[in-house]
Amino acid sequence: MNSKRDARIGVLFALPWIFGFLIFLLYPILASLFYSFTNYSVLRQPKWVGISNYQELASDQVFHQTLANTLYYVVGAVPLGSVIAIGLAMLLNTKVKGMALYRTLFYLPSLVPMVALGTLFLWVFNGDYGLLNNALRGLGFSPPNWLGEPSWSKWTLILISTWGSGQAMVIYLAALQDVPVSLYEAAELDGAKLWQKTKNVTLPMISPVILFNVLMGIIGSLQVFAVPYVMFPDGSPARSTYFFSSYLYDNAFRFQRMGYASAIGWVMFVITLVLTLIALKVSERHVHYDRS
Amino acid sequence: MSTLKQRHARKIFLTHCVLILLSLIFFMPFLWMLTTAVKPIEETLTSPPQWIPKHVLLGNFPKAISYNSEALGYIPLLVYARNTLVVTILCVCGAVMSNSLVAYSFARQKWRGKDLFFGVTLATMMVPFPVLMVPTFSLFRWLGWVGTFRPLWIPAFFGSAFSIFLLRQFFKSIPMELSEAAKIDGASEFKIFTNIIVPLAKPALTVVAIFTFMGTWNDFLGPLIYLVDQKTFTLSLGLQAYQTQHGGTPWNLLMAATLLVILPLVIVFFFAQKVFIQGIATSGGK
Repeated sequence: MNSKRDARIGVLFALPWIFGFLIFLLYPILASLFYSFTNYSVLRQPKWVGISNYQELASDQVFHQTLANTLYYVVGAVPLGSVIAIGLAMLLNTKVKGMALYRTLFYLPSLVPMVALGTLFLWVFNGDYGLLNNALRGLGFSPPNWLGEPSWSKWTLILISTWGSGQAMVIYLAALQDVPVSLYEAAELDGAKLWQKTKNVTLPMISPVILFNVLMGIIGSLQVFAVPYVMFPDGSPARSTYFFSSYLYDNAFRFQRMGYASAIGWVMFVITLVLTLIALKVSERHVHYDRS
Repeated sequence: MSTLKQRHARKIFLTHCVLILLSLIFFMPFLWMLTTAVKPIEETLTSPPQWIPKHVLLGNFPKAISYNSEALGYIPLLVYARNTLVVTILCVCGAVMSNSLVAYSFARQKWRGKDLFFGVTLATMMVPFPVLMVPTFSLFRWLGWVGTFRPLWIPAFFGSAFSIFLLRQFFKSIPMELSEAAKIDGASEFKIFTNIIVPLAKPALTVVAIFTFMGTWNDFLGPLIYLVDQKTFTLSLGLQAYQTQHGGTPWNLLMAATLLVILPLVIVFFFAQKVFIQGIATSGGK
């Protein structure tokens, strides 16, 4: 009797999320699957059209380009961001004076609203009077037109994304603080150098957190939206900055093609799942969970 | 011994050098924002860039707060700030309440299907928001909530997978004996939650509050979809109004406004960073 009552109370506590899960996750996922087989807009009731949305996607050049752009962005931004975040976290984990200030400095960019970030960097990366090119010219380089050339515009966005590494950095930092000092002391007794300590102690110890952050990075980068939306409203130059989410947003809210947008969403979902599974598979051999 | 000490000192010195160099790179755009925010407009687009403004105009800040021009119209920054604050506070309250209740259930209560449901909950972190966008929009449209703040804050009261996960890890680390002792004394489950667990979980709750605060404060896509009337815009949406497609962006005022927008976040983070990082350390990654 008693355990039955306990179970009821347990479910009662979980109730907000049970409803949240049903209303804001399960229902939208299933509904968008249904919508993806329909012709649907705010003004029109959904009308079943079979797989024609997916057929159209298969031959939609713009969609192919957003797909390629998005994958390019993920492949560029996730590894670069991870290396920077881990490196910064390791630096910030040393015991030197003024740590609170340093931490705040590195975390600061993560606090800047995406819109402001986009605007600020439009200016930093401007080919003619931008801060970056002025500096590069001063050093004797002939810098590219970051915003105007399709081959550089995506790298501009990738570089900007690394500026916001602070979010992952604090999570790494927390994980680093959890690594027992005794492990380092033992490694030092064995004569381990900095790189060996990093490779054999630090990275294995924080590997679950690396996996978590990389997964979150992949999922987040696949959805990149605000910064490109602000910096390149039309996906220029030559649609090199037109991503999945922008195309989905445009289809849903500009072209009033919500069925088609849902199909794009589902393709995105499937790609996310596949990439996540690949990451999990690859990590199997490298991630150490047992910690005592 | 002295060589060891010297080596240590050299290491610290080197660390400082690297840190200072990197923070300069990271901070450069901010510095630029700062100097631009106090420049007159004529000095903003010079080449080479001027780091130290010839004229310092602190008046840019009050001007940015109530900007009015023929090209851009009236930009009521204070109204945006109030809107953002309302949405953010509601979201933080909702997130802290709902996620702590749910995480308590996952961490310290027994019911059938709990572990399976928790696994599903973790898996939902993989669902990209854009997939949910169309049906969620349709739902809120059907409720007649488009154009109000409700689509932005009501979901926060239903929990989110990431925060539930974070809090659950923390709640699990609190010894069960504490709950059992209280139960013997006749305390109800809810009383144990409010009087024992919540006070002990302050660092983890702070993390959830800060993550929610920042996520909401900077959210762009949500307001873009749901807010229609300019009077209801949030800061991140409102800042966009400073940008014009055809040049003539008042860069100095835009930067001044941006600084005012991020200032509260910076202050909160500077003072909370220790608790914040401790909170993540004790909840995540275990």
